[in-house]
Amino acid sequence: SAGTSLAALQRMDVRSSLSYLYWLFCQFELITCSYLMEPWEKLLFYSFNLALLGLLLYTTYVCVALQASSAFQLLCSLLANPQDSALAVVK
Amino acid sequence: MRTGEERKWEILGVVSSNCSVKGPKNGISNGTLYKKTFIEHFEQAPMYVAVFTFVGFAVGTIFGYLRDFMRAWGLEKRNIAAEREQQKDFVPLYQDFENFYTRNLYLRIRDNWNRPICSVPGPQFDLMERVTDDYNWTFRFTGRTIRNVINMGSYNYLGFAETDVNALKTVTIELKKYGTGVCSTRQEMGTLDKHVELEKLVAKFLGVEDAMVFGMGFATNSMNIPALVGKGCLILSDELNHTSLVLGARLSGATIRIFKHNNMQSLEKLLRDAIIHGQPRTHRAWRKIIILVEGIYSMEGSIVRLPEIVSLKNKYKAYLYLDEAHSIGAVGATGRGVVEYFGMSPDDVDVLMGTFTKSFGAAGGYIAGKKGLVDFLRTHSHSAVYATSMCPAVAEQIIRAMKCLMGLDGTTQGLQRVRQLEKNTRYFRRKLHEMGFIIYGNDDSPVVPLLLYMPGKIGAFARRMLEKNIGVVVVGFPATPITESRARFCVSAAHTREMLDTVLNALDELGDFLHLKYSRYSKSSHPELYEESRLELED
Repeated sequence: SAGTSLAALQRMDVRSSLSYLYWLFCQFELITCSYLMEPWEKLLFYSFNLALLGLLLYTTYVCVALQASSAFQLLCSLLANPQDSALAVVK
Repeated sequence: MRTGEERKWEILGVVSSNCSVKGPKNGISNGTLYKKTFIEHFEQAPMYVAVFTFVGFAVGTIFGYLRDFMRAWGLEKRNIAAEREQQKDFVPLYQDFENFYTRNLYLRIRDNWNRPICSVPGPQFDLMERVTDDYNWTFRFTGRTIRNVINMGSYNYLGFAETDVNALKTVTIELKKYGTGVCSTRQEMGTLDKHVELEKLVAKFLGVEDAMVFGMGFATNSMNIPALVGKGCLILSDELNHTSLVLGARLSGATIRIFKHNNMQSLEKLLRDAIIHGQPRTHRAWRKIIILVEGIYSMEGSIVRLPEIVSLKNKYKAYLYLDEAHSIGAVGATGRGVVEYFGMSPDDVDVLMGTFTKSFGAAGGYIAGKKGLVDFLRTHSHSAVYATSMCPAVAEQIIRAMKCLMGLDGTTQGLQRVRQLEKNTRYFRRKLHEMGFIIYGNDDSPVVPLLLYMPGKIGAFARRMLEKNIGVVVVGFPATPITESRARFCVSAAHTREMLDTVLNALDELGDFLHLKYSRYSKSSHPELYEESRLELED
């Protein structure tokens, strides 16, 4: 299906990625039936989706940041005092 | 593009191995009974398509509940029927949930159905323009007509729905002679000489002893099956039979058992069970066992496996009722239906039924077979006793179309139409396969269902095709399974190559925009290979 979408883009004569993004948005509209909704329903649906997406991104950021910072701290301590920290870990 | 695997199946005359993901859909068939290859496609779409379809339905259902809630609590105006305040204490008249689907999903795309047309439904027609101000609850006509819309939805297989004055000369004469109304039933004073002439012609056309015609195709099935079978008989009916057959079977009071669509193993199992065990409680033999099948199934585009069914019916001593509504005139070397298509004799089928609505540009149906059968129906059919007989002008239209088809009018126009339909069907199907759409059905059937799957795409497809001046019929639940909604094209002999090319180009564009090209077996799945071979040839 990657091949067909590529050929589709070539045939649509897409020059900028903006058209491609618009086409992706149209696909999203068709798949989730938001193409058929009235304007206020669309507003409700999109705001719900954006809120969910924002929450997901924030949770990912916090989770990843926490893990990354703790991993970084462990690495620093390992490099600074190899024997002490190794013994500390073993104990 | 035929792989080695497909070649092998083609030689054996077996169902195409496009369904290799789950095994052949209709069972292994007996290759030696078929004189030509029998290729049918029922390709399954990739898994993500099913997932997206369910997502679409889930979102639609959630919003449906939301709207119902708002309507119930008065936050939104109710446009549907409701009881008065005084009736609320009684048993509820309107069960809200039963029409949930109609209210919340069908209503959003309702503007794609029931579109009024205002010209003859030939290869092109005129539509009345219709707009809605309140999201499909009500419609109003603007007064304008959309002209010359290419017609890909009418059952006009041989192109006899025409307004050419020369062609309709005899019809005009008969109209002036008889008028339009018959004002009686067949058994009273409604049998005209036109009916006798038509019945003789139909019998000659099909190669049987006698035939009887009725005024309405649906009524032919639903009123005659109760006359042929009754309590104590067994009806074996295909899974995807038309509503008229189902209604006739239910009205008759016989026991009905369903076998899987076009699946001969399922049918044989049912036949064996019926003969071994007999009737349910008493275990007596069934009075009659009748198999109900159709020539071409209009939602799938598949053709019945007639040679195998006939051999089964001869082996187990059952009767066969063949409904050729879509196949008479449309398949076969001279347009005589599936019996000719498979090279069999009409004596093999006990009851040949068909309609004049599709290939003959008229209205009504017929039942043909042995003289004893038809004489019985003349006295015992509900349609003969109570229904008004066919209008004489319509009978004359059928007579002239049939004479044209048989060559009795002195020209080869009939044969040319049949050949043109065959060519158009082959061309249309081949091109759609090459483009990468999933098409169901037999390669020789003029009914072409194109799978859309997702509910959001049904509305988008039909509306955009109308914007490009092409009229299509889209079908969803409940006429098809809920995940397999489709657009159904009916190819006609009256379509010119230019019209088909216009439609194919529009489909190509729309297929790319809506991302409908799900097929994994077509040429366009690997465009880079196709491009390379073109370059090599140019050298």
